[in-house]
Amino acid sequence: MALREVEPVAVPSFGEHAEESLQFIRRTMERSSTFTAVPGLGGAGMGVVGLAAAFLAAGQPSPARWLIVWLLAATVALSIGAAAMSRKAARIGAPLSGAVGRRFATSLAAPLVAGAALTWGVWMHDDPALMPAVWLLLYGTGLLVGGVFSVAPVRLLGVAFMVLGVAALATSSVWGDVWLGIGFGVLQIGFGLYIARKHGG
Amino acid sequence: MKARTPKESSDVPRERQAQARPLPQRLDRVIHDRTRLAILAALAATETLSFTDVKAITGTTDGNLSVHARRLEDAGYVLCEKSFAGRTPRTEYRLTAAGRRAFEKYLDHMDALIKAMRKT
Repeated sequence: MALREVEPVAVPSFGEHAEESLQFIRRTMERSSTFTAVPGLGGAGMGVVGLAAAFLAAGQPSPARWLIVWLLAATVALSIGAAAMSRKAARIGAPLSGAVGRRFATSLAAPLVAGAALTWGVWMHDDPALMPAVWLLLYGTGLLVGGVFSVAPVRLLGVAFMVLGVAALATSSVWGDVWLGIGFGVLQIGFGLYIARKHGG
Repeated sequence: MKARTPKESSDVPRERQAQARPLPQRLDRVIHDRTRLAILAALAATETLSFTDVKAITGTTDGNLSVHARRLEDAGYVLCEKSFAGRTPRTEYRLTAAGRRAFEKYLDHMDALIKAMRKT
């Protein structure tokens, strides 16, 4: 009986095995400490709402109606974001109630609550021109801090919002809707689509 | 029945086996398993994780996770706390001090192996 020639099998050395093990450990630790259920397409959807709100709000005849447009837009956008996050979390098997999800949510929610309180305070002091800066700065803070537990684009988006907030403070109040439209509209859509493409939907 | 490998043969004295394979013999066999290593790595990156979290991160099944987590508990590397959230049972895992030390030692060991490979 003819003996078949056996092809040599590459056996990894201890060192190669150790390198592979360390990479495996690094990947696992990153998965454990990163909230990956940030919704890309949901974020883009929020951006569409933000952009529409900027156009609608700019045409309102009174500050009260302007505020109502933005508050309604915020409610719709946050609902879209929450639903999209929940769906993505279920799809990728990253429970929202997990330790990292809770940290992300707390970090994001705290500045949003502060923003809601300041909105009320600014309205009571009859100074609605400050609102665009407050919203942009505090939403940006939430994204930046929450982004510590998530993917890098979330932190970058937070920084971009904060820059827009400073711009809103530094320029005339007539530019308010422009900065809000760029932030809650254009940036949100752009980063949303990037996250959807690079981070699984 | 588990087959014995030639390296485990009792024909060769244990000391000689250790000399032949010096570095891997010092590895912590409890940690070296892939699933248990994943559990420890996941817990090392955060304070506590629920059973569901660990299962999602390690991509293992309920039964497999239970078995491997129990092995880590028995070794004193992981602490398992069971409670109820309403009527739902909840299992939380955390790394013990011994577990963190063993994990760090394992990392040092891997690092040493890589350095040894680069020298040769």
